[in-house]
Amino acid sequence: MPVTVRIPSYLTAFADGRNSIVVDAGPVTAGGVLESLWSLYPGLRDRIVDEKGELRQHINIFVDEESIRFASGLATPVSEGSEILIVPAVSGG
Amino acid sequence: MPSIQHVLPKKGNVLVLVGTMKGAFLFCSDASRKRWKQAGPYSIGAPVYSMAYDGRQGRHRLWWAQQSFRWGTSLLSSDDFGRTVTEPETYSVKFPAESGLTLKNIWQLQFPAAEPDTIYCGVEPSALFVSRDTGKSWSPVAGLLNHPHRAKWTPGGGGMCLHTVSPHPTDGNRMIVAMSTGGVYRTSDGGATWQARNQGIRAEFLPEKYPEFGQCVHKIVRHPEKPERLYLQNHWGLYRSDDEGDTWKDIANGVPSDFGFAMAGHPHDPDTAYIVPIESDEYRCTPEGKLRVYRTRNGGKSWEALTRGLPQKDALETVLRDAMAADPLEPAGIYFGTRSGKLYGSHDEGKSWQLIQQGLPAIVCVKTAVVDVEAAHPRGQSGAVERKKTTSRRANPRGVRTRAQ
Repeated sequence: MPVTVRIPSYLTAFADGRNSIVVDAGPVTAGGVLESLWSLYPGLRDRIVDEKGELRQHINIFVDEESIRFASGLATPVSEGSEILIVPAVSGG
Repeated sequence: MPSIQHVLPKKGNVLVLVGTMKGAFLFCSDASRKRWKQAGPYSIGAPVYSMAYDGRQGRHRLWWAQQSFRWGTSLLSSDDFGRTVTEPETYSVKFPAESGLTLKNIWQLQFPAAEPDTIYCGVEPSALFVSRDTGKSWSPVAGLLNHPHRAKWTPGGGGMCLHTVSPHPTDGNRMIVAMSTGGVYRTSDGGATWQARNQGIRAEFLPEKYPEFGQCVHKIVRHPEKPERLYLQNHWGLYRSDDEGDTWKDIANGVPSDFGFAMAGHPHDPDTAYIVPIESDEYRCTPEGKLRVYRTRNGGKSWEALTRGLPQKDALETVLRDAMAADPLEPAGIYFGTRSGKLYGSHDEGKSWQLIQQGLPAIVCVKTAVVDVEAAHPRGQSGAVERKKTTSRRANPRGVRTRAQ
């Protein structure tokens, strides 16, 4: 089941310069797609989730237009043809 | 984004490494330490709480920790003074999943003279990591990670940080660490076990004023030639130990406040140390609006204010715990940075001070180094950016990314 993952510009250095990656994911959750992504590009994992595997506080993941924070987190379902966006939050100081 | 400047230090040059809340900077001078060239910023926009220079065994490697509030904390290095920066593809300093801990920040980097391939880093939440292969791989020191006191260590205002790592200069089995809060711990068996060493250090904020542990120690400095001699700046209190932490003696004699963060030892004289007193833990600014470094030259029996070249009016400054350092030259250079982004230096042991730079982001780290090898000459002129193709994961078995700055 192909799913497209959009990579923010900062992280393209850890994805061979690519800003869009099609993952052929068996699992049908956001977490499953990300696991497939880590196997292709291990450098992305530490920058998106922490040692406990939890999404970093200032990173947002959208499945299509829905933030997984307001859905089922990494268990949010993903459909065939879905697009996953990794978006740094508009926080800082 | 600001343009990145570079310096190309020569043998004998002095480097002042400055970590700020918005990136890292280098300042470079010849041994006169009167004119400084600025380089950076590196890790633009990221807090850099720890920097250090590894000049052991012919290396000239800069290290710093980049704390991105988005992407987490990673340890970076450069072998050409910042022109190209190496960042591990997967983070090298991280807690094992079973610990239940997650890395917030790296507060301290130390290169023990007795172990030339070893690097230590002190982190938040309080833990000590060690690398035995010059930074390629890291692991937490289990004796401290699993210490029975851990559950009672609590965060101070800066977070629950292990901010001081002080290896014994000749005995690789001995080390002092300090954390806020938690206090002082010492190992004498290479990190297998750690004993609290806080006898005589006051915990003003606890019902029991002299507990075994739990003190909010802000900084410790150790004299390299007399390693049993330690100075300690506490959250209220100034102390000296002459027995490597077994006992501590109050030495707050004649200072306007015994509250403060920063502390530097003299590189040659174990009786000399420097502090910047802060008015209180509520105000956290220099007393009376005067920016004064205080120096003792008699092991803390008395302290003298050093003010020549420092503002003595309307100077409401804060100097944080790692923002003061000495260089090893003769006479010693002393440096400190303020939370308002001013970097001061003295080339005459504190007799006079020079404003090296102002307008920097808030300074949280100041370290020094003397370059002892000729730098590898990069292509092009100083200030030019050397382009280096980003290596692919497969082509780079070490799993690191090297990118031009």
